[in-house]
Amino acid sequence: MPRLEDHCWSCSCSSKAAEAEHPSGASWFASKAEEMMSIITTVLGSAYGSLHCGRVANLVRRGLVLFTVGVFLALVLNLLQIQRNVTLFPEEVMTTLFSSAWWIPPCCGTGAAVVGLLYPCLDSHLGEPHKFKREWASVMRCIAVFVGINHASAKLDFDNNVQLSLTLAALSLGLWWTFDRSRSGFGLGITTAFLATVITQLLVYNGVYQYTSPDFLYVRSWLPCIFFSGGVTVGNIGRQLAMGGSEKPHMD
Amino acid sequence: MTLREQLREKISAAFYRHGLLCASYPVPIILFTSASILTCCYPLLRLPLPGTGPVEFTTGVRDYSVPSQEAQGDLGERPDWYHGPPVAYIQQVLVKAAVSPWDNNLVMVDVFRSPLGKVFSLLEEIRNHVHSDSSGIRSLESLCLQVTDLFPGLRRMQSVLPEHGCLLVSPGNYWQNQRDLFDSDPDLLKTIQKHEPKGLHTSATLRDLLFGVPGKYTGVSHYNRKRVVTYTITVVLSSYDASFLSSLRTRLKQLHPSANCSLRDDHMVHVHFKEEIGVAELIPLVTTYIILFAYIYFSTRKIDMVKSKWGLALAAVVTVLSSLLMSVGLCTLFGLTPTLNGGEIFPYLVVVIGLENVLVLTKSVVSTPVDLEVKLRIAQGLSNESWSIMKNMATELCIILIGYFTLVPAIQEFCLFAVVGLVSDFFLQMFFFTTVLSIDIRRMELADLNRRLPAEAGLPPPKPGPLRIREAPPPPRPSPHTITLQTPAFRNLRLPKRLRVVYFLARTRLAQRIIMAGTVIWIGILVYTDPAGIRTYLAAQVSEQSPLGDSGGGGLPPHLAVAPVFRGGDPTSTLSIHPAPDPTPLPENQSQGHHGSARGGSLPQAPPTGPQITWGAEDEEGWRRLSFRHWPSLFSYYNITLAKKYISILPVIPVTIHLSPQEAIDTRHPQDTRHPPPPIPKVSADLQTDLTLYKVAALGLAAGVLLVLLLFCLYRVLCPRNYGQNGVAHGRRRRGDLPCDDYGYSPPVSEISPLLLRGHSMDIECLASDGMLLASCCLAGQIRVWDAQTGDCLTVIPNSGCWEQRDLWDNISGNTESDCSCEPRDPSVGCDGTPEDKCCPLRRRSSPTRPPLFTDQPDLTPLIDTNFTSQPPCNLSTPPRGGFDFGGLVERAYMEHEPPSPSTYPSPSSSSVWAMELRGNLIAAGRSSGKLEVCLWDAVEGSLRCTNEDGVSGITALAFLNNRIVAARLNGSLDFFTVEMNKPLGLLQYRGAPGRGSMPPSPCYSSEDLISCQLTRSVQCAHQKPITVLRAAAGRVVTGSQDHTVRVYRLEDSCCLFTLQGHSGGITAIYIDQTMVLASGGQDGAICLWDVLTGSRVSHVYGHRGDVTSLVCTTSCVISSGLDDIICIWDRSTGIKLYSIQQEVGCGASLGVISESLLVTGGQGCVSFWDLNFGDLLQTVYLSPSGDGQGVRQLLVLDNAAIVCDFGSELSLVYVPSVLEKLD
Repeated sequence: MPRLEDHCWSCSCSSKAAEAEHPSGASWFASKAEEMMSIITTVLGSAYGSLHCGRVANLVRRGLVLFTVGVFLALVLNLLQIQRNVTLFPEEVMTTLFSSAWWIPPCCGTGAAVVGLLYPCLDSHLGEPHKFKREWASVMRCIAVFVGINHASAKLDFDNNVQLSLTLAALSLGLWWTFDRSRSGFGLGITTAFLATVITQLLVYNGVYQYTSPDFLYVRSWLPCIFFSGGVTVGNIGRQLAMGGSEKPHMD
Repeated sequence: MTLREQLREKISAAFYRHGLLCASYPVPIILFTSASILTCCYPLLRLPLPGTGPVEFTTGVRDYSVPSQEAQGDLGERPDWYHGPPVAYIQQVLVKAAVSPWDNNLVMVDVFRSPLGKVFSLLEEIRNHVHSDSSGIRSLESLCLQVTDLFPGLRRMQSVLPEHGCLLVSPGNYWQNQRDLFDSDPDLLKTIQKHEPKGLHTSATLRDLLFGVPGKYTGVSHYNRKRVVTYTITVVLSSYDASFLSSLRTRLKQLHPSANCSLRDDHMVHVHFKEEIGVAELIPLVTTYIILFAYIYFSTRKIDMVKSKWGLALAAVVTVLSSLLMSVGLCTLFGLTPTLNGGEIFPYLVVVIGLENVLVLTKSVVSTPVDLEVKLRIAQGLSNESWSIMKNMATELCIILIGYFTLVPAIQEFCLFAVVGLVSDFFLQMFFFTTVLSIDIRRMELADLNRRLPAEAGLPPPKPGPLRIREAPPPPRPSPHTITLQTPAFRNLRLPKRLRVVYFLARTRLAQRIIMAGTVIWIGILVYTDPAGIRTYLAAQVSEQSPLGDSGGGGLPPHLAVAPVFRGGDPTSTLSIHPAPDPTPLPENQSQGHHGSARGGSLPQAPPTGPQITWGAEDEEGWRRLSFRHWPSLFSYYNITLAKKYISILPVIPVTIHLSPQEAIDTRHPQDTRHPPPPIPKVSADLQTDLTLYKVAALGLAAGVLLVLLLFCLYRVLCPRNYGQNGVAHGRRRRGDLPCDDYGYSPPVSEISPLLLRGHSMDIECLASDGMLLASCCLAGQIRVWDAQTGDCLTVIPNSGCWEQRDLWDNISGNTESDCSCEPRDPSVGCDGTPEDKCCPLRRRSSPTRPPLFTDQPDLTPLIDTNFTSQPPCNLSTPPRGGFDFGGLVERAYMEHEPPSPSTYPSPSSSSVWAMELRGNLIAAGRSSGKLEVCLWDAVEGSLRCTNEDGVSGITALAFLNNRIVAARLNGSLDFFTVEMNKPLGLLQYRGAPGRGSMPPSPCYSSEDLISCQLTRSVQCAHQKPITVLRAAAGRVVTGSQDHTVRVYRLEDSCCLFTLQGHSGGITAIYIDQTMVLASGGQDGAICLWDVLTGSRVSHVYGHRGDVTSLVCTTSCVISSGLDDIICIWDRSTGIKLYSIQQEVGCGASLGVISESLLVTGGQGCVSFWDLNFGDLLQTVYLSPSGDGQGVRQLLVLDNAAIVCDFGSELSLVYVPSVLEKLD
């Protein structure tokens, strides 16, 4: 029995001794550094968390994303139109796309943000949540089709403008039917198209810019179709963003 | 309606048969599919390869006629673009001029000044050349390409390039084609250099345009050894007139005869230019491609529950791509040549065809019952989705058909492609993808079989044997601060997003790779577009190798065959020259008769000594040395595009000019001699450009190096060397630097600190808790009771496999115990501040004798060790409690009896505890061995109160609710016991601290009570097979068995309410709580949610590969874990999987929910806290300072925001106050 006691004793002693060696200078430094790091991570984490949780912050974030998408699409699609000489801006465009027509992308971005935030808002107010094809793949497909419609409007050679406009209208309706199929989406899309067309008419009327061969008052007649499909597309993105708050982080 | 149903049935049956076929013969079908893909793609070989380089076609000059407008059918090797007139004909007059003989008193400027000066007279000659024959008088004005304004953006070139007139380009344009301007120009080189663009030029420059030969061949520089100046006068003609051109040729040759010139001039080259894609067009294209890739990414991400996700995603993409190729190939085969730009419509075609069908198929097949044969699963999955697939396809075809009737050619073509693509995509889905899927499913089942084997072999999964502890200790850690974590586990942890991005960058070394790729591409572009670079070199090589013009002129000597002939000897008069013989049939006879004079006209004049002007093969087609953008850029200045058009380049007219030194001196500008060029300008211009190139290259290199260094530093800052292993950044708790005692207890430092409960000698098998107390049982059969708040070990109940021997052992040990009982938990001892390790053993020996209770114990060294150092905190925080001292005493006493080693006892492990429950002060332990019993102990005193040995089969599961105990046995029977106690009413007391009223108060049994446990009811054949799970809550007892059923019993009268069927495997996990939520998981990986009131199945999902090992429900979601070490979080109402968490191997089953939104999972020596709503990792807590990687196998959540988990032989008690605060 005493032998065992001694054994235990020595065991515990040795472990104590081993532990006493731990806090050497290097480890102190390391611990300090780690403390700093942990403080930084805590601060970052709390900031991130507050951004993550807040409802207003969520709204702002969604708006920002939509704004970016709108600006990007506006730049790209504008380029497409300029290339084909559909739109004429006052001066040399390629060199001054970002200076003379600087107001276009922000306008489009703002519009996209408004429409994209309006869609989920309207959905919740009407009480019919958007259940149709709620996934990012579908949204991507929608954007691709939208760009395709723009592409078609810029690049294809049609016999006359009526045919072009009718084709594009059919395409836009098909887009809505394929990716949206909600009454609120349709209504909002129509409203967007109407308002945007009116605004464009006013702008052209005041000579801010012009279209090469206007056939619908001052603008091209396919413009409402483009605005309609754009509204539906942005609305889809907005809905996915609004819904994806819980799902988007789990991409993998 | 009936028709529709019939149709539907037929389609479904057809798909079923097809699925069987595909799954039965995978290899032949895949071979067949690949063969058909290759066959359909074969016509693609005939399509030209994409690229923007120009294409050439050579015809003879003699029989040239403007090709007809409409493309003729098959004209041999004639390319399809060769129809209609060209945009322009280009006639170059190649001038080589030299001052000869070279005089030593000439200066370097003379090398090029007077030769360049000659260009004006030549221009004059060309401009004024008039050819008249029977068809009228023609001059250059009538034939040349009339140009108008320059492109608006090129104002600065206005002075140099011609406007409003003939497009006639020569070096004279530098001086507006005026001789006097040239003569008064003091520095010619400066004028030429003035128009060069600054910086690095890659395509055609103005100098190239005007000189018509690349800069370094012109010889216009101060440093020209050959002293030969070369330039061209480029005449652009809009229409081809053979007679005029030949007269011009003859005239020039006559004026400036070229000796030893053997240039072939019987071939004209037609150059066809592809459409150039500018940046502006590229941006939308790139955007569509990005969107396309995003679409593919988001689509293939949804492929789940298969063996190889990547493999299937690849198969899906291959399906779509090869269906596109097939559609193009088939269309080409049937004579539809694609006129649309393939690159532009391709993304839209992919979007139209889509990946949806593939995903739907996968999902449908995966969700078929797992226990079916693979063939049948495939067939079922196919037939389930057949209707929707056919419907979708019909819809799409209809839409495309509508598109076909828009009667817009481009849309019609697109629709045609899309239709063929859709059909071939359907074909591929049905044959290729289905077969690949069947192979994948088969592989998965094989893997599952391998996994399942151990679980099915025996009921309790085999635990590591008792030897494990004594095995080699974990390898020594390199330093206490490095935390090594397995990479796969790390990869699957759910880190915060920002860190995931950083880790992704770091892991894939993306930055470095992008920089490397960018540099390589940049260099490639430089090399490719450099006018003097590899491209022209290659082109020259090719053109030298390929014998040109073996088609046209036959064996005739070139200059004999086509050389125009001039009649008589009047060079100054307007010539009437016979045109090239063939196109105009008129003067055939005359041309034959004047060969002699033609030869005489080009008689060589032996040049005097001086620079030799030689004509070589490379001069024949000097334009080849120019950039391939030379002509497009020249025409683009006048807003004429050459895209998809062609130009015809006529054979050059060689002109040799020899100037006498006197002429050279005459044309000198006064400044030329006054200011002899300084030595520096003597460096040739091309050397200068070379130097700038080197400078730029060096600068670029430096910038690249700097960028790399910068990114490297950034990378180092963001990700330390052991990125992915250093846990600091993502909130892992530091450790090793806390003042820990041997319990691992450390003072709370506003962080989660685990309490280490040591004492068990073997791996812990069962855990039970009622919030206040915590009971644990190890493989050795020892049961320990701990205070759940402080972590003190209250009681040790040794292996009771032989309870009958207890008294005996008491007697034996009585005398040995007498000297070693002590009172170590006396507060006075704890507070006296003396070193515990010194005083305690001494005092213990002198302590008064206490009656010993327990004697036999196998291995207790760790207990002794840890108790010494953990005493101070225990003493301070533990309130004295009834039976407390006794417990401590028992423990001590028991400890002293180390010498009797476990081997001396008869098979102590023969009766191991299989199930344990703790309520109030009572522990119910279900044992399994030859002899079976239900034992009750007073938890605090550690005394056996009651046993029941009615059962005959091992108790696999226990439930202890109120005063009822339900025991499930291995033979499938279910026993209901009632615990009764006889106690005076006044002594009834309720334990439980104030403020924990939510917990149902459990009656406290005092040691005086007589407790009896009676079997009230035994359901003999509750299940056909062993009962694996037993849960009780809300007055219900739910059992799950290996016979695939779940049964619900009422607790009061043990009446079976429901038998729930729906699993296709043994039940492995059940969850039920007070709100009557019932979930069950089985060996088939399925999770079922049931309505306890009606017994109906609410939802049914397949979530795991292999057994579901544990299940927890919250109000909004269901959390399940499986043998595949994945924790899945499901939406409770819809059954949609929200996300999943990859666990470390072997720790899959350990999970618990602390609150609505806080999930705890066990890992290798750590527990992790997750935010349930977002799936973010909140914190990871390491359980022991030594950090050995024992996996946490069980995890128990107490209701005072503490969790208990076992790892190996140790228990860990973790309080999570900070997390709770954060949640609140």
